[in-house]
Amino acid sequence: MSEQHERLEEAIGTLLRVGVVSAAAVATVGGLVFLARHGSDQASYGVFRGEPQDLRTIGGVLRDVLAFRGRGLIQLGLLLLIATPIARVALTLIAFSRLGDRRYVAISAVVLVLLLVSLLGLPS
Amino acid sequence: MTGSGAFGAGLIGALTGLGGGIVIVPLLTLACGVDIRYAVGASLISVIATSSGAAAAYVREGFSNIRIGMLLETATTAGAIAGAGLAALVSPGAIATVFGLVLLYSAYLTLRPHDVDATGTRADPLASWLQLAATYPTPEGPRPYAARRVVAGYGLMFVAGILSGLLGIGSGAVKVLAMDRVMELPFKVSTTTSNFMIGVTAAASAGVYLHRGYIDPGLALPVMLGVLAGALAGARVLATAHPRYLRLVFVAVIVVLSVEMLFRGITGRL
Repeated sequence: MSEQHERLEEAIGTLLRVGVVSAAAVATVGGLVFLARHGSDQASYGVFRGEPQDLRTIGGVLRDVLAFRGRGLIQLGLLLLIATPIARVALTLIAFSRLGDRRYVAISAVVLVLLLVSLLGLPS
Repeated sequence: MTGSGAFGAGLIGALTGLGGGIVIVPLLTLACGVDIRYAVGASLISVIATSSGAAAAYVREGFSNIRIGMLLETATTAGAIAGAGLAALVSPGAIATVFGLVLLYSAYLTLRPHDVDATGTRADPLASWLQLAATYPTPEGPRPYAARRVVAGYGLMFVAGILSGLLGIGSGAVKVLAMDRVMELPFKVSTTTSNFMIGVTAAASAGVYLHRGYIDPGLALPVMLGVLAGALAGARVLATAHPRYLRLVFVAVIVVLSVEMLFRGITGRL
């Protein structure tokens, strides 16, 4: 258990670092693209309007990224960040299944399903 | 402007152990006049970033308990999705009022001295079935511990999830309360496992916020980078500063913020 446990902790640590750094890097590139094009625009967040549809879904964000739009790239970075803890749960689930720990495979699966439903949205 | 404010929030969060969210939402709404829904969305993003960054460091020290974390995450993620759903139904004023109360409570928890661990190795039957016992490193070698009152701790974790989803905070204070006080886990295990869980909890509500259009890239990016940089700087400062004196100063700041949030929430001036 303990050696396997240490390896799992090592892998989780690496995953979290890579996730955060790549998310911050992608979002920063997006921010630079956005600033280069819209640097002088005045933002207003005092009045709540909600984001346009393309920034609300994974598909919409990816289309914006392909069009190299700054806001889409930032949003992709944010999506990578949200995906980081989700990947951590998936990794832990795999580790529990290697240990043959069915109880914790089931518990991890519940968490993973809740996270995926939240990120992908309920099928309607 | 937003970035430097977020840097301060990350710094304060790391120094007080409260996390950035508890400072970033009042800062954005009170000082920058941002709508509280945008503020909560941006704050959730920063919470995921700091929690993941910090957990990457803590997990290798062997304090956090992955089984306890995963078990309780079923409660916090379900609560977080419920809390994010609730955020769409209640008025911004009501969110600000609840936020003010949680801020006051966090200030109280920060000031209260931490007693000696009341940890035992006598587990309750449910905790044994769930294999929650483990050891944690001490200068004298690994020390065993067991969990108690799992059901009560689990219930409190659901509440922590709701608060996280509604207010955009990590609710680390409530999570530590559930593990340290209710389940009688060692303090260091509670705080590191809590930090470990915060990112997953925030990710659960961040998805809902994203679909609803509450996460604005132009606001979330400077907040995320600012809080990350502030948290890194805070960890450096913490190694040399006197935390006790710093805490008093920051608690005063938090009390002022909470009174302002309560006032605006109740009078509806947001």
